[in-house]
Amino acid sequence: MSLSVQEMIAQSKGKKNKKFIEKIIPWILLLIASVSVLTTIGIVLTLIVETFTFFTRVSVFDFAFGTTWLPFSNKQELYGILPLIVGTLKVTLIAVIVAVPIGISAAIYLSEYASETVRRIVKPVLEVLAGIPTIVYGFFALTFVTPLLQSFFPEIKIFNAISPGIVVGIMIIPMIASLSEDAMSAVPRSIRDGALAMGSTKFEVAWKIIVPAALSGIIASVVLAVSRAIGETMIVSLAGGSTPKLDGDFAGSIQTMTAYIVQVSKGDAGYGTTIYYSIYAVGFTLFLFTMLMNILAQYVSKRFREEY
Amino acid sequence: MRYIEQQKVVKRMNGRLVVNTIFKGLFMAATIMALLALVILLYRIITQGAGHLSLDFLMNFASRFPEQAGIKAALIGSLWLMAVVAPTSIILGVGSAIYLEEYAKQNRLTTFIRLNISNLAGVPSVVFGLLGLTIFVRALSLGNSILAAGFTMSLLILPVIIVASQEAIRSVPNELRDASLGMGATKWQTVANIILPAAIPGILTGSILALSRAIGETAPLIVIGIPVIIQFLPKGVFDTFTALPIQIYDWASRPQQEFQVVAAAGIIILMIFLLIMNSIAVIIRNKFQKRY
Repeated sequence: MSLSVQEMIAQSKGKKNKKFIEKIIPWILLLIASVSVLTTIGIVLTLIVETFTFFTRVSVFDFAFGTTWLPFSNKQELYGILPLIVGTLKVTLIAVIVAVPIGISAAIYLSEYASETVRRIVKPVLEVLAGIPTIVYGFFALTFVTPLLQSFFPEIKIFNAISPGIVVGIMIIPMIASLSEDAMSAVPRSIRDGALAMGSTKFEVAWKIIVPAALSGIIASVVLAVSRAIGETMIVSLAGGSTPKLDGDFAGSIQTMTAYIVQVSKGDAGYGTTIYYSIYAVGFTLFLFTMLMNILAQYVSKRFREEY
Repeated sequence: MRYIEQQKVVKRMNGRLVVNTIFKGLFMAATIMALLALVILLYRIITQGAGHLSLDFLMNFASRFPEQAGIKAALIGSLWLMAVVAPTSIILGVGSAIYLEEYAKQNRLTTFIRLNISNLAGVPSVVFGLLGLTIFVRALSLGNSILAAGFTMSLLILPVIIVASQEAIRSVPNELRDASLGMGATKWQTVANIILPAAIPGILTGSILALSRAIGETAPLIVIGIPVIIQFLPKGVFDTFTALPIQIYDWASRPQQEFQVVAAAGIIILMIFLLIMNSIAVIIRNKFQKRY
């Protein structure tokens, strides 16, 4: 017996099974998609709850404004986060000094000067630089950059802020270069051609036309890179040291927020001790810093975008 | 009347051209510096570690003595870790991407999920470690097992996989969708039989790159308390283990000079791992990606 197509459709429509699958699938997928939301909620809740426990033992005021971080002391434990923040900012500052000029210059070169062939070779290589695990960078900072710096400036200690700062800078160069290049490439060809036709040199086009037009993207890339530098962990744990200090010394040992979390996790601070909860308080501070940076980047790229 | 004074223009021309050349050189030098950093880094590590590479290094467990230290437990541990991370993160990532691209309605919930994914990508990995420590290690009492570490890593790379899969799904042309629906296929039949097969090269490429990030991540593993010195191999996902980056970290942070060499050798193994994964990703991208 042969059926017409219409009959076949009518028959298959009657199948309960298939209808059920069609109905249930979107819900299963929604459930899967909500895992990422649950992760965020999990992170925020975890940090808040454990930080709250920490604040039942250490006052919020002492934590936020205390100038000494001395959790391992036998007599008087002190939890003032400022030294850790200053350590983080030292490394970030040096990273920015290294990465911003090089990253943006590379972006301008790739977007405005380089031939298509050069671009096609250099961009993937920069991606390789971005894909190297941070532990490798940390090893490089400790065993190559620090000794190199010491041979020029003997006053630099084995653990310092400069070497990890430089290497974190190298790590974030690809991010700045690639995101800024995207922003510059998005500036329409016609604007470039217009300026060139008026007799501008390539540098004048790049500096006076393209960079201002792509500024929102460039700034956003730098802010994102800063956020990455603040959250960077392994490089500073290996090469930065573990001496939280509130001063302007870059040559001596420091400690960043991330390095403190690693230091405590490596040791055996028992579950339930104040030190155990302190890593959540530090993690929460770190989370706030990076979150603020990410929101700032989104705001800048949205608010100041030039529409063509 | 002359609108352009030739004299003036000519006089400034040379200076402008010189500035142009100087800055071109500077921009090029900056690019070369970035590339040079990569070359120096690779050169240093290869020359430091190559001498220690041997079959023994691969077959030995970790040791107090640098000359006997091997990477066997870490190598096998990293493979176990990947065996958990790959299926978990790909199922979650691709499922989320299908939902967002094919099923999600344009409403607040969808906007919220999207915004959330891009923010999650900016959270430092060490914070993911704290999440894993609280949820997987303590609350679900998985301890410092492969499963706990694998779930933590999966959540860490989830945003990357979602975004890559979304792009792959988006690049499947609408004609394919419409043709399938027009032939009477249901929505899910279209997704499962038409869209996913067409998007799979892009999804795989993105996923492999994300996995290669997971294999090199160290901080979350340290925070959830993965041990370093392990003299046995894990038998299942509930066993404890050690992984390549954590083993390298341990060697690198030891004061003895000899262990630096061991660390460099470990890094070479890790980089070979990454190289293989990246090559597979590139091959898939070049070979199977159809252009529509």
